[in-house]
Amino acid sequence: MADVHAAERAAGRAKGAGAPVSAPRRGGRNLRTRLVEVAFLAPAVAYLLLFFGYPVVKNIVMGFQAYTTSTFYTGEAPWVGLDNYTAVLSSAVFDRALLNTVLFTAGSIVGQFVLGLAIAVFFRRRFPLSGFLRSLILLPWLIPMIAATAVWRWILDTDNGVLNRLLTLLPFVEVRPDWLTSTTLALVAVIGVNIWLGIPFNMTILYGGLQEIPDELYEAGALDGATGWRAFRHITWPMLRPVVTVVLVLGVVYTLKVLDVILGLTNGGPANSTQTIATLSYAVSFRQFDFGQGAALGNILVLLSLAFAVVYLRMNRRAVDE
Amino acid sequence: MARRGTVRAGIAALALLPLALGACGGGSGGGTASGDPNTLRVLDYHNDDPNKTVWQGLLEDCGTEVGVTIERESVPGETLISKVLQQSSSRTLPDVLMLDNPDLQQIAATGALAPLGDYGITTEGYAEGVVDASTYEGELYGLQPVTNTIALFYNEAIFEAAGLQPPTTWDELRTTAQALTQGDQYGVAFSAMNSFEGTWQFLPFMWSNGGDERDIATSETAEALQLWVDLVSSGAASKSVVTWGQADVADQFKAGNAAMMVNGPWNFGSLAENPDLDYGIVPIPAPTAGAPVVSPFGGETWTVPRTGDEEKQAKAAEFVQCLNSDENMVAAAVGTNTVPTKPELTDEAVAQVPALESFAEQVPDLRSRTGQLGEEWPDAATKIYTAVQNALVGGMTPEDALRQAQDG
Repeated sequence: MADVHAAERAAGRAKGAGAPVSAPRRGGRNLRTRLVEVAFLAPAVAYLLLFFGYPVVKNIVMGFQAYTTSTFYTGEAPWVGLDNYTAVLSSAVFDRALLNTVLFTAGSIVGQFVLGLAIAVFFRRRFPLSGFLRSLILLPWLIPMIAATAVWRWILDTDNGVLNRLLTLLPFVEVRPDWLTSTTLALVAVIGVNIWLGIPFNMTILYGGLQEIPDELYEAGALDGATGWRAFRHITWPMLRPVVTVVLVLGVVYTLKVLDVILGLTNGGPANSTQTIATLSYAVSFRQFDFGQGAALGNILVLLSLAFAVVYLRMNRRAVDE
Repeated sequence: MARRGTVRAGIAALALLPLALGACGGGSGGGTASGDPNTLRVLDYHNDDPNKTVWQGLLEDCGTEVGVTIERESVPGETLISKVLQQSSSRTLPDVLMLDNPDLQQIAATGALAPLGDYGITTEGYAEGVVDASTYEGELYGLQPVTNTIALFYNEAIFEAAGLQPPTTWDELRTTAQALTQGDQYGVAFSAMNSFEGTWQFLPFMWSNGGDERDIATSETAEALQLWVDLVSSGAASKSVVTWGQADVADQFKAGNAAMMVNGPWNFGSLAENPDLDYGIVPIPAPTAGAPVVSPFGGETWTVPRTGDEEKQAKAAEFVQCLNSDENMVAAAVGTNTVPTKPELTDEAVAQVPALESFAEQVPDLRSRTGQLGEEWPDAATKIYTAVQNALVGGMTPEDALRQAQDG
């Protein structure tokens, strides 16, 4: 995303520089400013084509090819039309993976967003050590993902995990939930860990958004009797809306493609109960060496993100227009 | 003008960037050194001790013998295949390449490896299964000096206290594991993880009962899976077996949380960290008394990639042969807790490391994972662990789970 903005800024700058010069005189000078404009654009365009355009196009093409280990040596990847997509869509795991992807994304986003927003609002009030505590919440962000998931695996272990040991210490609790080995609970556990990982991101951006809301609004609202929940409903929420949009769109796009959290915790198991399209794509490509089918799954994932982004941005534009 | 010149230079530099990056990617270990006729580039994944040091010594010795210097690169195990694929597309394959034995056929099928028969290499004296794994479409592509497999480790103190003997049949395994389950201690631990590790651990049970990877929806395989289901559903094995890798299994055994475990000799070092632990090793229990146990084997095979330099390939083949000399086989086996792949040499290794006995006696009967399916093996391996998981925690019967996995 940052790169896209950089490109837009570069383009804007190029135009801004060119416009006043080209206005009074035309001809050779105009051509020259044109060239300068192009030259300013070129690095960004080259970067985008190289690091975004090429991989995307390559991945789309791979989805239509029988791309296997042999391809790397011989360079031959026969065209197979829609075979990869048929194979992937008709496999026994796909429906489960699609459902898991939706549940995982929805569950993670709702949890991360609600908790992140609650914490951001909480920290809006200043109190002793608030800055220190706020920075502590960023910790999950700083720990390497694989290390974090390894620790969570220990915490969630059925027999010796800290969580279950603590649970048994509580009165009236007799159960030891199989966090990572039950086909129903594993998805819940994975979503829980992903929420923990996502809170800092949501909190930081939402907190930034809250800082932008002028205090005068709250003061004026308080005079009219809008405090507490009503202040949040009628002042904070409407003012925060643009930031919320960004957080949600980015959140969904990031969560759809989450791989490391699931691989580290359950590897997609047990019995495919936490398999998502992203982990399935990884397994098909790098364990079964069927890169064509893996690419097809990747493309389906890209389509999903794209569809979501388009729908959400449209809905949002309509809301703003109203 | 000056400014535009800078821009142009910038663009030019940017355009060259991928080329420069590409050169870096392929150049690690390549470059001028690979042009030297007396240097062999070796790629392997033995990057932790004792394997790292033992192999370094053997590689250097063979380098001296063949008259070349060795330029060795050791990558983490899980990245080896992607590294090889990158190198094969950029034509920067090493002169000598080590592969995990079930991967050999996959790589040989790409055409990247040279058949060793061209260099007069034969496989007399090797265990048949080991040769199968290094053969693709009738041609030999690799030589594997040492191997390992899995067996049943048992905690001597726990068995002594209970007055029990290690099990030799499936029925005994069921009852013994049940009898040793109490409190926080499980009777047995194994890995039923959703990865090839889980498949590898299931194979001795499946194969010994007559199951076959070409069609897993058979009653023989279902009976083997039923054994695992019984162990887990009776509580004699933790449900966590579906998330444990073999290292986790060893940790459980080491901590005394399991009275028995299915595992291999590469854990000797880690188990020694608990000085209070005394353990014995017996073969994996057979379906019925006296029935043969058929296990898969691990270990790495050494190959000669087609680099286009015939002279160097010949030297590399000579080098691979040196790594597989009788003397080096025993040295590697003793140094890395593995077993020579020539049955006649196993006694020599066992004499030096007695704990290897249960593994050594299995060598003649070891079965290759890729012997039947070749490059299709990864698909079958995925089906097997999927079925195992569905039967253990997915609420399916072994028959249904195997049928569903087989049908994809």
